[in-house]
Amino acid sequence: MDFNIALFLAQDGITNGAIYALLGLSLVLVFTVTRVILVPQGEFVAYGALTVVGLEMGTIPGTAWLLLVLGAAVFVADALRAENGRQPRILMLRALTDLVLPAVLLGVCWVVAPLDLGVWVTAPLAVALVAPLGAYIYRLAFRPLAQSPVLVLLIAAVGVHLAMIGLGLVFFGAEGFRSEPFTTASLTLGPMMVSGQSLWVLGTTSVLITSLWFFFGHTITGKALRATSVNRLGARLVGIPADRSGIIAFTMAAAMGAISGVLIGPVTTVFYDTGFLIGLKGLVAAIMGGLVSYPIAAAAALAVGLIESVASFEASSFKEVIVFTTIIPVLLWQSLRSSHVEEEEE
Amino acid sequence: MVLRNWLVAGLAVLGVALPLVPVTPDYWIVLLNAIGLSSLVVIGLVLLTGVGGMTSFGQAAFCGFGAYATAVLTTSMGLSPWLTLPIAIAVTCTAAALIGLMTVRLSGHYLPLGTLAWGISLFYLFGNLEVLGRHDGIPTVPPLNIGGWDLYDNRAVYFIIWALVLLAAFATLNLLDSRVGRALRALRGGVVAAEAFGVNTRRAKLVIFVYAALLAAVSGWAFAHVQRAVNPTPFGLGAGIEYLFMAVIGGVGHVWGAVIGAAAVVLLEDRLQIILPALFGHSGNYETIIFGVILVLLLQFARSGLWGLALRFIPELERRAPAQKTAPTEAAPLPRRTPPRRGEPLLEVQSLQRNFGGLTAVKSLSFSVNAGEVVGLIGPNGAGKSTTFNLISGILPPSSGTIRFQGRDISGLGPRDVAAMGMARSFQHVKLLPDMTVLENVMLGAHLRGRAGMVSAILRRDRTEERRLRAEAERQLIRCGLADYMHVKAGALPLGQSRVVEIARALSLDPLLILLDEPAAGLRHGEKQALATLLDSLRDEGTAVLLVEHDMDFVMNLVDRLVVMDFGAKIAEGSPEVIHSDPKVLEAYLGGIE
Repeated sequence: MDFNIALFLAQDGITNGAIYALLGLSLVLVFTVTRVILVPQGEFVAYGALTVVGLEMGTIPGTAWLLLVLGAAVFVADALRAENGRQPRILMLRALTDLVLPAVLLGVCWVVAPLDLGVWVTAPLAVALVAPLGAYIYRLAFRPLAQSPVLVLLIAAVGVHLAMIGLGLVFFGAEGFRSEPFTTASLTLGPMMVSGQSLWVLGTTSVLITSLWFFFGHTITGKALRATSVNRLGARLVGIPADRSGIIAFTMAAAMGAISGVLIGPVTTVFYDTGFLIGLKGLVAAIMGGLVSYPIAAAAALAVGLIESVASFEASSFKEVIVFTTIIPVLLWQSLRSSHVEEEEE
Repeated sequence: MVLRNWLVAGLAVLGVALPLVPVTPDYWIVLLNAIGLSSLVVIGLVLLTGVGGMTSFGQAAFCGFGAYATAVLTTSMGLSPWLTLPIAIAVTCTAAALIGLMTVRLSGHYLPLGTLAWGISLFYLFGNLEVLGRHDGIPTVPPLNIGGWDLYDNRAVYFIIWALVLLAAFATLNLLDSRVGRALRALRGGVVAAEAFGVNTRRAKLVIFVYAALLAAVSGWAFAHVQRAVNPTPFGLGAGIEYLFMAVIGGVGHVWGAVIGAAAVVLLEDRLQIILPALFGHSGNYETIIFGVILVLLLQFARSGLWGLALRFIPELERRAPAQKTAPTEAAPLPRRTPPRRGEPLLEVQSLQRNFGGLTAVKSLSFSVNAGEVVGLIGPNGAGKSTTFNLISGILPPSSGTIRFQGRDISGLGPRDVAAMGMARSFQHVKLLPDMTVLENVMLGAHLRGRAGMVSAILRRDRTEERRLRAEAERQLIRCGLADYMHVKAGALPLGQSRVVEIARALSLDPLLILLDEPAAGLRHGEKQALATLLDSLRDEGTAVLLVEHDMDFVMNLVDRLVVMDFGAKIAEGSPEVIHSDPKVLEAYLGGIE
């Protein structure tokens, strides 16, 4: 491996690592707030990327229809379930978020899709279509299980993953696609050629991570989320609705997943099930951070990206084996650290 | 019972006759074989998830270990499949033990996450190793044979597969209904209590994990010889998830639920793979949508799965112990410890200290308890009494100081070792296993007085010892006045009686010293008197009792001596009369007069 190749691999690894970092952070966010290990995080990535492709092809993407159906299902389920769910004021509010919002987005797609307005319209629209899916999925699948053990939530997350993979196949077909790049420009830095798309990935990730830091440190909603993750009951007692925290966490996770998808769409061929492996690499990073630490998860994500990039060069057929085996020393280390007999949370 | 017997007989006849009748379509047999192979894996998963409170997405990878091991050995070395079975099992169990060692110490959700990563990793490994034939796998695996006859016919293999399933099911049921089984069942929601009665919970978790992997290996081994070819696809993460789905759909706590779940999923998948592609006009695994939705709905509305639903409507399906009182079990009594001479020092606590960060919960505490003595440990709330109990029983390590039991230094020993020396305890917050009967809970107390291991449990060689343990538990329950509640689920008892069950459980250990944390709380007047009589009789037998209690009438009339704590330190010690008028004690309880 000479220097140029090393530089190229580093660039590749950092770009992928940035994506894994976004996903890892989302997983930590969702786990600390709701105790759900969000196995379907990767599906938001595929949905995001393929929604852009759908819009570029001038069609109304399946995600828009899914949003409409899920919104209606959530609306009905909540009206049936919650004891205060039938007060007119609450019903009106819910109708706005669950029925009107998807309808409006569908309308926008219907208008925008045939116009071929380019990535500056399709990318944000795709994120807007996928982000509410997170909230709906939380309310449909996980909120009724909010008091359950982590294990049950994990199995439910796998259920959601199965359903989303299948739906992905229905909406986007079995073919893989690439979307149009944000930019075809590239930058020459000494011996290294940096593609514009990599810069987009890195720039967007940096901006997102900075805004996350600002959100958690300097806004009341962010602080409320942190409070919920430290002590759920305590947070409820001081008036932070656990429900709302879950909805926010899931919406943010879905949005970050979709943004990742939109960013990698032009550089990777995305299939309906591509997201799973990408999401699991984010999960590996999150586990390295003990599912609680944002900075360690982000750093681990970069490491995963670099390891993957070097592995794909040195031993390409064992790439996935190597990446997923890195979790073993981490688990071993965590295992040696936890020596006391702990009471399970059930 | 009658209905159950009829059902079992009917199923047995049907199961044997089906493949023998020529009109049965061959396709049915293929499906039944698939159900049997899956059932093997899912039975292990039921034990892991429903009993052990852990789970795994990687069971398919363990099937892969079994399948590839036999495929390589039979094709390249020409070994007989029957010879490779033990090798396949050994290889898989070693791998599982290594994975288990790394993860079972962590909280329950790390194991599934670990297996998720492993599942993928192994799948790609299977698909890229030259010796395993890469993605094409190993074709031409020989079929199973019996006495020189090669079994190519699905109908013949059917009997082998289902014999294995029945073997696995009964082995698992036997295991659960044994000394080891009670320890395994104690993993869910009672780790501290189980450890306090000598159960090595980490080893128990590892045992379950390896056992589940073993069943998966057997399934993989059989699969390789039924398909007569091996490739990576059936051992990927997707298959691992499907096994878990079968476990959940069948009912994750029941062995027979595993078989029902496997049947439901195999049949549903078979139908959906015909219906859905026709509906969507393309081929593809659309059934995952339905599976995913069913999984979430089951967790929300019917977590006990199909078997749980069946039990709700036809409770006779489950063989259960008679709810009525039965004649006491006849068995030779268990050997007892030789008690120390009355008055000999049994427990000596010296300058015991425990800090939690900046807080000193127990501050240079010294006292002793002699054999045949009842000592009360009293003090206002937050005085450090429960912490002292946890230090003495080994649940917390002391920051400094020594604890001697029968002259031996036990500070720093874990709860298991302390229990083995003859110290038993009850808990302030009751730690019984709600899903087990009162009798089973109390039998767990006698865990250290039995020796039977896993193998003798599976082979039912442990019945004599089991009867002795049961007789002992019955004796202690009768002694504690709970004869009528033996076969009730512990979760159904009111709090006061749960505390008495904890005392019976502690007595089953045959303790020299028994630590009781607020035993009288929640008891009615008559029950308190009965408890006092019981403790009196323990004193007469030479057993020492150390108790924390807030009911002063109860304590004052019962104990020989009192140790009074406040803010972690001892402020007084002596007979009840002396303590009664001690000014420091009065100040601690009633506040000083300034």
